[in-house]
Amino acid sequence: MQQGLKEKAIQLLKDGTVDRVLGWKTGEFFYDLTPAVFRTPEEVEKDFVFSVFSGANLSKYLIAESRKGGKVAAFLKPCDTYSFQQLLKEHRILRENVYVVGVQCDGTCDIEKIKAAGCEGVTAVREEGESLVAETLYGEKTIAKKDALLERCTVCKSHKLVVFDELIGEQGEEQDAGRFAEVEKLEKMTPEERYGFWRGELSRCIRCNACRNVCPACSCEKCIFDNPDSGARNKAAADSFEENMFHIIRAFHVAARCTDCGECSRVCPQHIPLHLLNRKFIKDIDELYGEYQAGADMDTKPPLMDFDKGDCEPSVVYKRGGEKA
Amino acid sequence: MKQLPLSRLNDLFAAISAARKLYIPADDAAGQARFTVWQEGTALSKNLNTVRSAKDLFFPQVENLVGFKVTGKQIELIESRDPSEPFVLFGVRACDCRSFDILDKVFLAEPADTYYKSRRENGAVVTMACTRPAETCFCTVFGIDPTDPAGDVTCWQDEKNLYWRANTAKGEALTEMLPLLGDAGEEAVKTQQAETRKILGRLPLKDLDLRGFDGEHMMELFKSPKWASLSESCLGCGTCTFVCPTCQCYDIEEFNTGSEVKRFRCWDSCMYSDFTKMSAGQPRPTQLERFRQRFMHKLVYFPANNDGVYGCVGCGRCLQKCPIHMNIAKVIKTLGEDAK
Repeated sequence: MQQGLKEKAIQLLKDGTVDRVLGWKTGEFFYDLTPAVFRTPEEVEKDFVFSVFSGANLSKYLIAESRKGGKVAAFLKPCDTYSFQQLLKEHRILRENVYVVGVQCDGTCDIEKIKAAGCEGVTAVREEGESLVAETLYGEKTIAKKDALLERCTVCKSHKLVVFDELIGEQGEEQDAGRFAEVEKLEKMTPEERYGFWRGELSRCIRCNACRNVCPACSCEKCIFDNPDSGARNKAAADSFEENMFHIIRAFHVAARCTDCGECSRVCPQHIPLHLLNRKFIKDIDELYGEYQAGADMDTKPPLMDFDKGDCEPSVVYKRGGEKA
Repeated sequence: MKQLPLSRLNDLFAAISAARKLYIPADDAAGQARFTVWQEGTALSKNLNTVRSAKDLFFPQVENLVGFKVTGKQIELIESRDPSEPFVLFGVRACDCRSFDILDKVFLAEPADTYYKSRRENGAVVTMACTRPAETCFCTVFGIDPTDPAGDVTCWQDEKNLYWRANTAKGEALTEMLPLLGDAGEEAVKTQQAETRKILGRLPLKDLDLRGFDGEHMMELFKSPKWASLSESCLGCGTCTFVCPTCQCYDIEEFNTGSEVKRFRCWDSCMYSDFTKMSAGQPRPTQLERFRQRFMHKLVYFPANNDGVYGCVGCGRCLQKCPIHMNIAKVIKTLGEDAK
């Protein structure tokens, strides 16, 4: 796959289809790839990498890249294409300046999971069937590939590339891998248990804003929380609950626009399962307004920006809240 | 040198805790280590290092500085600093321990920061030698020996025992409070150090070359065209800054509670778009300038002003945690070619 992508990138640059290519650049180790713009075939030849560590979703970079003049090629995995299309729907990306190469994907890996599985000091990994063999400073260690996958890949919602100009690999299908199972567990908790769960998880937040800054749905030019004139700037929380509110408000803000790309949880240095907040909203929207997948197409009206008589009434809050409401 | 069987580690923690507030690295719900107040049942983490660095205990993310209350024409000052009490910080790695020297240069330079100073005076640092460094470790580049960390007390741990060596008067005083520590020879520690040093010799980043990162090359480095590609995909988040043991920038703000104005300070990040924003605007308008500032500060400005001491200790946290895997090692390698 890597070679095919490289050849494609070089060809697109050489034949003038594009003048830049957005991809992943090699790092110090085998796993620390950085999203990068390649401008010449030589740069691609030297540094372009596509591997199970190409997890970073490149869609959000295209908001800026598509405005820099000329044309940029971007390699997007199936889940990345949902983010890309959602941004198109929100008129955030100039489509005519982007050449999308869709890339089929078998799941991307989480280096922190690999290390936590006993591969500290890992210096190389090779795939052997369904296993990953890690070379470490302390000897070799074999783990199952499925245990190394990013959370979002363990419950992959779709192998379908929903938008592309060209495809590398086979087109895939949407699938149901049970991504709401964890949300259902939370729903079964009592309100006290659920409150305790989230207070515990969110108490680790260091407000680095990585979740917000990586999020393709968080594309405001200036976030209200960064704006000294907003009256809502929140550099330091007045109490520990304000910290929690940040994440809950953010989840509300991206509701029905979040494609469940999972970048928030991938980048969280404190391993807070932020995707569960977003997935709860997605599940609720599915149940209350009918199935809806953000980014799946350009035409369906977003449920929270549309009205029809079948929509739930506000009283649903009381009904669903049970005894506590 | 003192020693204690590992089976009695809990007794040691209980003994320290009886006299002082004790922080040890313990695993959180996500399995990552964090300095945690020891209580009966708190287990020492097996992780190499904490996600948040040990600087948190001396330079907390948020703290109240002072309060003001206005009644008519009277302004009343309300002391609102947290009283600092003696505490013990156990299990600090060599890299984080060195970071205190760097923070001291900033906060203890005259006029000394009294908030920081009182915590430094009250805190006893018990370090733990490393035996299984990660591939992201490069403290040796900065002349740090992870097999013999500094601190008020240095500890080593092998399969059977904890070894304990007091280095300072504060360390001696702590040792005297702990009669359960028995006497020990140096042999076991020496053997372990030799083993660990073999691994240090195999670390992938051990040869990071800092030649040329100094005041002499300041403008050359500042003007390097390479900052553009290095910073190109930076998200502008504060992860690197907040997990960094040496990042020391903060903001001071005031908050009106309705009955009182509270002045507090909190960590700030040079990666943020509103960092050092002034009435004239943001002096570093794009991510390129912000990114450059962070690394120029650590690798050029800080050593130029502090006898060649770099503002990095090679702990590797930014290598592990940056969402896009851009980090100081990549910056050193990329710019280093120009600086020589």
